[in-house]
Amino acid sequence: MTLVYVETDESGQVQLTSAEALTFARTNADVLAGSVLEAAVIGSLTESAHKQLAALGVDRIHHLESADLEAYSAAAWAQALVDIAPETGTVLASGTPRGMELMTHVAVRIGERMAANVVAADDEGLLRQVLGGAAFERLRLGGDLQVLTVAGHACNPEETTPTTPEVLTHSPEAAEEDLRTRVLRTEVETTDGNDTTGLTQARAVVGAGRGVGSENGFGEVLELVDHLGGALGVSRVVTGLGWRPHSEQVGQTGSRITPDVYIACGISGAIQHMAGIEGAKTLIAINTDEESTMVQRADYAIIGDLHEVVGAVNEEIRNRRG
Amino acid sequence: MDILVCIKRIPDISGQITLNESGTNIDDSSLGHTTSAHEECAVELAIQTAAATGGTVTVLTLGPAEAVEQLRAAVGVGANDGILIEADNPEAFGPEDIASIIGDVIRDRAEEGQNFDLVLLGNDAADTGDFQVPIRLAYDLEYPVLTGIQTLSATGGSGGSGAIEAHGIGPAGTEAFSLELPAVIAVQEGGIDPRYPSITGRMKAKKARIAEYVAPEPGAGNPRIGLELPPEKASAVTILGEGRDAAGALVDILEEIGVIRS
Amino acid sequence: MASIPAQASVVVVGAGIVGNSLVHHLAELGWSDIVQVDKGPLPNPGGSTGHASNFIFPVDHSREITDLTLDSVRQYKELGVFTQSGGYEVARTQARMQELRRRMASAKAWGIESHLVTPEEVVEKVPFLDPSVIVGAFWTPSVGVVDSVGAGTMMRESAQKKGALTVSPNTEVTGIDVEGGAIARVHTTKGAIETDKILIACGVWSPRIAAMAGAAIPLTPAVHQMISVGPVPQLAEQTGEITFPIVRDMDTFCYERQHGSDMEIGSYAHRAILHEPDEIPSIEAAKLSPTEMPFTDDDFDPQLEQALELMPDVLSNPDVEIRYAINGLLSLTPDGAPILGESPEVRGLWSAAAVWVKEGPGVGRAVAEWMTNGLPEVDVQGADIARFHPHQRTREHVQARTSEAFIKTYGIVHPGEQWNSDRNVRLSPMHEREKELGAVFFEVAGWERPQWYESNAPLLEEFGDKVMDRTAEWDSRWWSPITNAEHLAMRERAGLVDLSSFVIFDVFGPAALDAVQSIVLAQMDVKIGRVVYTPVLDEAGGFRSDLTIMRLSHDRFRVVTGAAHGMVDVKWFADRLPKTGAQIADLTSSWTTIGLWGPRARDILSQVTNADVSHEAFKFGTARTIEIGSLTVLASRISYVGDLGWELYVPMESGLKLWDVLTEAGKEHGLVPVGLGVYGTTGRIEKGYRAFGAELDSDRTVIEVGMARPKVKSQNFVGRDAHLRHREEDPKAILCSLTVDDHTSASGEKRYMLGGEPIQSKDGGPLVDGHGHHSFVTSAGSAPSLGKHVLMAFLPPAEAVVGNQLTVVYMEEAYPVTVASIDATPLFDPDNESIRR
Repeated sequence: MTLVYVETDESGQVQLTSAEALTFARTNADVLAGSVLEAAVIGSLTESAHKQLAALGVDRIHHLESADLEAYSAAAWAQALVDIAPETGTVLASGTPRGMELMTHVAVRIGERMAANVVAADDEGLLRQVLGGAAFERLRLGGDLQVLTVAGHACNPEETTPTTPEVLTHSPEAAEEDLRTRVLRTEVETTDGNDTTGLTQARAVVGAGRGVGSENGFGEVLELVDHLGGALGVSRVVTGLGWRPHSEQVGQTGSRITPDVYIACGISGAIQHMAGIEGAKTLIAINTDEESTMVQRADYAIIGDLHEVVGAVNEEIRNRRG
Repeated sequence: MDILVCIKRIPDISGQITLNESGTNIDDSSLGHTTSAHEECAVELAIQTAAATGGTVTVLTLGPAEAVEQLRAAVGVGANDGILIEADNPEAFGPEDIASIIGDVIRDRAEEGQNFDLVLLGNDAADTGDFQVPIRLAYDLEYPVLTGIQTLSATGGSGGSGAIEAHGIGPAGTEAFSLELPAVIAVQEGGIDPRYPSITGRMKAKKARIAEYVAPEPGAGNPRIGLELPPEKASAVTILGEGRDAAGALVDILEEIGVIRS
Repeated sequence: MASIPAQASVVVVGAGIVGNSLVHHLAELGWSDIVQVDKGPLPNPGGSTGHASNFIFPVDHSREITDLTLDSVRQYKELGVFTQSGGYEVARTQARMQELRRRMASAKAWGIESHLVTPEEVVEKVPFLDPSVIVGAFWTPSVGVVDSVGAGTMMRESAQKKGALTVSPNTEVTGIDVEGGAIARVHTTKGAIETDKILIACGVWSPRIAAMAGAAIPLTPAVHQMISVGPVPQLAEQTGEITFPIVRDMDTFCYERQHGSDMEIGSYAHRAILHEPDEIPSIEAAKLSPTEMPFTDDDFDPQLEQALELMPDVLSNPDVEIRYAINGLLSLTPDGAPILGESPEVRGLWSAAAVWVKEGPGVGRAVAEWMTNGLPEVDVQGADIARFHPHQRTREHVQARTSEAFIKTYGIVHPGEQWNSDRNVRLSPMHEREKELGAVFFEVAGWERPQWYESNAPLLEEFGDKVMDRTAEWDSRWWSPITNAEHLAMRERAGLVDLSSFVIFDVFGPAALDAVQSIVLAQMDVKIGRVVYTPVLDEAGGFRSDLTIMRLSHDRFRVVTGAAHGMVDVKWFADRLPKTGAQIADLTSSWTTIGLWGPRARDILSQVTNADVSHEAFKFGTARTIEIGSLTVLASRISYVGDLGWELYVPMESGLKLWDVLTEAGKEHGLVPVGLGVYGTTGRIEKGYRAFGAELDSDRTVIEVGMARPKVKSQNFVGRDAHLRHREEDPKAILCSLTVDDHTSASGEKRYMLGGEPIQSKDGGPLVDGHGHHSFVTSAGSAPSLGKHVLMAFLPPAEAVVGNQLTVVYMEEAYPVTVASIDATPLFDPDNESIRR
């Protein structure tokens, strides 16, 4: 049996990443010893989530909702998952911060090992991303119950013959000590400082690297962002130099983005940065160095100075608008 | 508040990776070594928090003898002293082993009279990305644990009786937590800018007091079988042209994708 | 993707300061179809130029390097990328102050303005320096910084604008085809280029590229550590890249250089950290650039502490952070000189490697001229790639010597300094005997040569004050009065000299006469058995070499030349042989040579041979084969020490036997073993014999050194036209011998010059010759037979008057000297009676 922890968004929809994790669980059912697919949803379970889970082939839904679980506390949520976990098989979640944290707690609580960011499973064991996705580690967990997280984009969400999952409702109570790490409050900030959703949700992201030259070199790039109604993403060098805030950083230790198009301007393509953009559907590079990693990995590239090229692109967009 | 920061020596990679001959690890012979960005932030947070509360910062690592360089680097930016748990073969240890060895050392220090109110770690190591040691260590110590924390504000004093407020990015915004100490916190980059060492700092680092332990044999061990590099993808790039002349072609593509605001 | 031209007149590998300067000068000299490749991107492809500190201190003890530096500064200024800052070389110790006084001699000798200043004067310009740490400094106002990447870009683009150059960045050389011993083709990641010339100017990677053609460029990548700290408030108030003088902390092998509001601290004090060219990370795998290797803190910590002592106010500020720290790679060679010119191993393979930013444009010009005209305008013979003997091209030798030399970058190096590493590589057959005699060995070209013999110490008593002993430590370092005693014993009786290190090669074949005739100045159509001493000139009439040639038969000539320069001579001859009819055979390792000289030389030789060695039967300047016991010996009656005697050539394996036979026979005549101290210095200097590399170089004409013969042979030879022209002109300088009249220094201690010191007028004014060169001592040494210390120097013709009173400046004190000879007339035995008797 496989139990998948499913995350939902504010409107109660199943998160894309969780859909990926469910698909991974179903398509790898053989190796994961998970002929039965269970989903765990903490908090409200909407009608549309129910439908989505059915479409993704879930056989059973655990709906966990109680006062103790209302605010997030990793320990309490993890214990609730442990209480419904199968004896053998697999417990998994997507490789989001929540998924990582909960699965580690679960693994410790049931005395098993854990593998983060798994991308494939076969008879030889698991394959997981390391070095921000620049390399893979093959490993074998052993144990009766495997605990893992599935890396983002490890597979595409795939619907299957719809099921009619039964819903088991639980109202767990948490131990006092598991509530010590409860979220006290959540501050939703909209100012430029901490708008973490802009980058990850934008359809178009314009990336800027050391090639912009200075703190004052973002003029053309920001204009292009504006033309595209998109977001600015920068490399770690740029935040390291203090040119832009960390919230705009894309990469292994910044945001991982999934836009329709990513335009990398003056970014050579260090692995830490590439780790954050592998979800981009179309990759366009503007760089002076034709041999740079970014150009080589791109779908399209223009060779040249980014200020000159981006300036010309802005001009062209303005002209076409008339 | 006395703070312990656990850091890890990792190869300083930014480009192409090569593996060693047996394929079990990265070939780091021509690479420098560093600590993860998350850990640099953890050290900085520790220094600022200790300064605000009149406490000390100790850095700890499990690694080869050379890992003392990373401890010294942390002392160079303001940590007070270091603990090296020497292991020639750090790759043989799994997250369970590392957490339990660190737990033992923390208990040993406590017996020696050095009690840490707060244990900081990086959210995950940039090389192995296991995401486990902070949580496993917290269970080992029976402390509460938070991950993904970017800023801290101390609300109590020294001696394990204090409390701390911690902030990190959650799915819906910045989440605030309040923790009784002692606690374990895994730090994520982004809330704070780590400083560079000063020359006097570096001088201090050279003379830093480093307590040394020898790591026991690994228990659970590392579940790793080997490393693999993704197959080198042949470049499929279409060069649209050079310089400003290619701007038109690029705008065509953006129009096709449909991302230009009307 | 831009394709690469299929053909090129030359493929230049490297787009650092050297490669860029080369393509510029080649284009200026009329070259077209040049292709320049670099495996990195432009404008900074990731080599050593990209992380260079870019400052230039013009004064170097080597005149050749100084000339290249001055030319480079001129070119940087023309490009508008030179910013003058001035520079201090500060001394923390008295020993270092003495070295700075010696540096003053070099500055004056090369005509560069410099002054010795007090700590207080340093602080006036560098207020954040702690004066209590230093005892003085050497101030050079013309020190400055350059933008080497900018200069390179401008030079590259000038060649492109001329239409002479195709530049291909991101293009790696993958192979070189050699056909018939010559370059045929260069393979790159963007295609193959047909060419007969490749110019390797890619710094630390040069050995790797040369190896693709089977050639050696013996350099090693080595680490120079550098950090940048900032922001420094004291500097932040300033505008521009550099407003404070650069400080070289000579005792700690560090420098401190302002860069805007940051301070760069560089060091040569750490252990030598050498790398292999093949192990330098690729551009893709490097974090910064391939030559900016990971910093190793531990190696730098002591330097940091010393920098802190020197500039405490600036560097102890906790807000001044270490922002950038690298183990930067640069190129080191076993003898410290660059590696320039065409490889003796592969025709068409040119090297311009191991060049610093301060010499880059000068080297670019020189090598471009060399490729175009066969020789550069400035003398770069000390950097000729052909100089290396086989063992000097090995990895082992390069690593051993560069490791040893590393700390000498700012070290105090005595002119007689000997190497400790990689010794005993070439031993003469007499070596064991020499060791028994307490020989003190000096090394040249791998050969262990006795400089003097401790077994001759009893001679000191015999000759008493005549050995001209020295008390000052610096003057007597790498020196012994035994040399002077050996000299006197030879002059009185006889001396035996091991000359195994000679480079010996035969030119033979039906066209051998024409070949040597066309290469050397002297008439070579001489009787068989004649020995001819001759200059070898370049096209401009400057010296390429001086050597002796024996005509052994109608079609065989044996050339004998010195060890240090011999490999270059071999290539010079080989390059100028006719296509057919003459060949060269290097016999250096086949023959050993023992010199036997002194008034008793004939008595000794006649005792061991039945041959008639009388003056009449065996004339000076002839050679013939004689029997000595069971040995067949080629005896050549010439002398470089000014006494009757012979050079005796036998096969290496018989050298020991000959030595023993002569030693035994010499006992009753008072024969002593004599070291190279006599052969190379005392014997020659009192005879006024010129030495290549000291008096003779490509800047000097035959006329200026007083070696012109009455007539010029009618046959053509290299440099003949220029030589004829020189004979018609008034010389611009004249080589003179001078004697030191009083050695007493201000402290009362007698001091003895070692060479390199400026010669000034009696009242201390500079002497400048017609070339614009300042007069300086080219050779210095005891002349024990005269009881004088003799100096050789080129003087302006007006000053070249016997009896003229001048001064020599040694350690910043002036000593009176008198011009004793203004031509090749020897001071000892002016009529050469000792030789011709």
